[in-house]
Amino acid sequence: MLFEGYETGNFYDEMFEADGSPRPCARLLYERIGSVGDAELRRYQQAAEQALLRMGITFNVYGDSAGTEKIFPFDIVPRIVPAEEWLPIERGLRQRVHALNVFINDIYHEQKILKDGIVPRDLIFSAKSFRQACVGLKPVKDAWCHITGTDLVRHGDGKYYILEDNLRCPSGVSYVLQNREIMKRTFPQVFDDSNVRPVGDYPSYLLRTLQDIAPAGTTDPTVALLTPGIHNSAYFEHAFLAKFMGVELVEGRDLVVMNGYVMMRTTKGFERVDVIYRRIDDDFIDPLTFRPDSMLGVPGLMDVYRAGRVALANAPGTGIADDKVIYAYVPKIIKYYLGEDVILPNVPTYVCWDDAERQHVIDNLDKFVVKAANESGGYGMLVGPHSTAEQRDKFKEAIRANPRNYIAQPTLALSRVPVIVEDHFEGRHVDLRPYVLYGKEIFVLPGGLTRVALKKGSLVVNSSQGGGSKDTWVLSC
Amino acid sequence: MLSRLADSLYWMSRYVERAENVARFIDVNTWLSLDLPTGYQEQWSPLISTTGDDALFAEHYHQATKQNVIQFLTFDTRNPNCVLSCVTAARENARLARQYITLEMWEQINRFYFAVQAAAQSATRGFQPRQDFFSDVMTACHLFLGTLYATMSHNEGWHFCRLGRLMERADKTSRILDTKYYLLLPSVDAIGTPYDDLMWAAVLRSTSAFEMYRKRFQQISPDRIVEFLVLDREFPRAIHYCVVNAEGSLHSISGTPARTFGNPAEQQLGRLSAELNYIQVREIINRGLHEFLDGIQVRLNKIGDAITNAFFALQPVPVVSPYPGREA
Repeated sequence: MLFEGYETGNFYDEMFEADGSPRPCARLLYERIGSVGDAELRRYQQAAEQALLRMGITFNVYGDSAGTEKIFPFDIVPRIVPAEEWLPIERGLRQRVHALNVFINDIYHEQKILKDGIVPRDLIFSAKSFRQACVGLKPVKDAWCHITGTDLVRHGDGKYYILEDNLRCPSGVSYVLQNREIMKRTFPQVFDDSNVRPVGDYPSYLLRTLQDIAPAGTTDPTVALLTPGIHNSAYFEHAFLAKFMGVELVEGRDLVVMNGYVMMRTTKGFERVDVIYRRIDDDFIDPLTFRPDSMLGVPGLMDVYRAGRVALANAPGTGIADDKVIYAYVPKIIKYYLGEDVILPNVPTYVCWDDAERQHVIDNLDKFVVKAANESGGYGMLVGPHSTAEQRDKFKEAIRANPRNYIAQPTLALSRVPVIVEDHFEGRHVDLRPYVLYGKEIFVLPGGLTRVALKKGSLVVNSSQGGGSKDTWVLSC
Repeated sequence: MLSRLADSLYWMSRYVERAENVARFIDVNTWLSLDLPTGYQEQWSPLISTTGDDALFAEHYHQATKQNVIQFLTFDTRNPNCVLSCVTAARENARLARQYITLEMWEQINRFYFAVQAAAQSATRGFQPRQDFFSDVMTACHLFLGTLYATMSHNEGWHFCRLGRLMERADKTSRILDTKYYLLLPSVDAIGTPYDDLMWAAVLRSTSAFEMYRKRFQQISPDRIVEFLVLDREFPRAIHYCVVNAEGSLHSISGTPARTFGNPAEQQLGRLSAELNYIQVREIINRGLHEFLDGIQVRLNKIGDAITNAFFALQPVPVVSPYPGREA
């Protein structure tokens, strides 16, 4: 049997107790896997991979001119989150996203939190993601960050921690929906019996959120999703979401500013666009306001936005709240605006900007994970315990040269989930990215993307660095 | 609908149609060569003329042998009109239009692409494509067309697909007829010998017209073949059929009433369609079939350009920001 010899190691295993017995939430799945047999299970895995290939959910292998395409790795053993664990996660996310929206609005208006000395003023003005062009802007309902994908991890103590806030263009939700479709075909009986909460209605909620933020006075707003194009690694997701919302998928070259409005080029002339779900970074959305060399954006878009004639989701400027140094202040931010204690704690974070903390980080670099304040996708990162002396020296230099740009966190013992490795199971580390929508109301998708570091022992789950994904089952009881 | 999307749908459809025509032409020629007596010179170079890539072929190959021609028209990606290039381009356009086309269409074009890609990979290792590869390509094209008809609403986007397909098909039928007719012409007087019959039948087979022709005219005769492939109103690969129905789609897209025009594409296509309505096969032959078909190809190209200008290439308006250089 496949689970024979499975080791949970010294890690928190999402499927098994420390003594090797399946957790109550995973018992049904465990039994099902036991009853289908090895060969059948591997066939399920292959069928899932073939379905992904057929659906073209692939990326190109660089340097291979023969046009080989690979799927993003997917493992059919789901990660299961029991209802009692999900409840605090959901409450914690609502609290956090609410507070961060109030924070961003404050930063671009009165800056009370700076005046009250809760967040250092210099920190904001030295942030690359602070947008002077956004000062004084009034997005509809003061909502700035409409779509959030927050990264959570579970540590060896069994508790969930917030690892990162992604408030710009978080991606991955299409995999949540797609993985679920495949899993329903793989384990229909288990679904029948275990009350897995559905995720398929996400596009409807997303569309409603986008319609909610349409400029005042627009009835029946036209929504478009702005993509960098087919060569972007998330293009599949852009097309997927546009399709399931029934909105236009546009590129910068499809849009033009005319008579004070954003228009798209159609076969019947120019048509007005009211809401743009843009999957292009601030830097690139308007070459007249931000980077002049951008070929992806729409010249003049920001002027229309300033005039309140088009809504952008997320609003430009939200990046200020996912600067990794600002992240360290989020518990204080929540306390300041909402008067509440943080429900989902941060990972303890050392800010290299602070002299004492920096010295501590540099002295103990082999124990820390160091991250650049403005990078994502697993770039600009040092995993201390897995690093070479040479890599550490490079980082020491980089930190000293630009302390504002670095934070450090203790290396976490991320929880693990079994994955199929050839003919048996092995534990691999995972994180969890749930998605939160913020329009007229807050919606937390019951589920999320479980990313798994497929390399043995690796803690880096990003798809660009050898990560894969799993379905996430949030149970309703 | 979005101009760029219409453009993608139009080209997706054209490339699938092109792949089907190239595959069929190779297939028919292969079977024909089996029927011909040993020592009879096989005709492979005309296949290249039907995609209009003679110069490109000459650049890369010395001789129009069977193997060279098949390689050039099937897997040689230096040739933008080979089967692999067409399927790749069709899929890229489908990807651009992915939020618009149905999942069934997308999956079919993907399956198709991966199958051709796999055959191309084994070809690089020296394996010639199996003969049923070409019929598989045709079947895959038909399946795609089937999913297009059966799963997608027959809306504006669908009409762009149909428009692209019919424009491509009219062009290919005219080229196949043009090339083959001139090769066979010296033998017109010797009609009735078994090989001539076979070769004229091959012209019909190359356009999938053999069975339908038999039902209409029974006996093989060059004039009637021309009549059937150019002027038939019911056979879906006849030039007349393609032009009339392309015109229908164009009017469905624009909403302009029939027999009027709202843009140069409609004007030119309408004019061509009117001519085909009333011309007789004798006139075509007397005027010179080659000149006539060449004229059709030139006009189809112009109509293609007019379609691009009318629907895909909306000119941008320059914008000047009142806040120049707000942020560095």
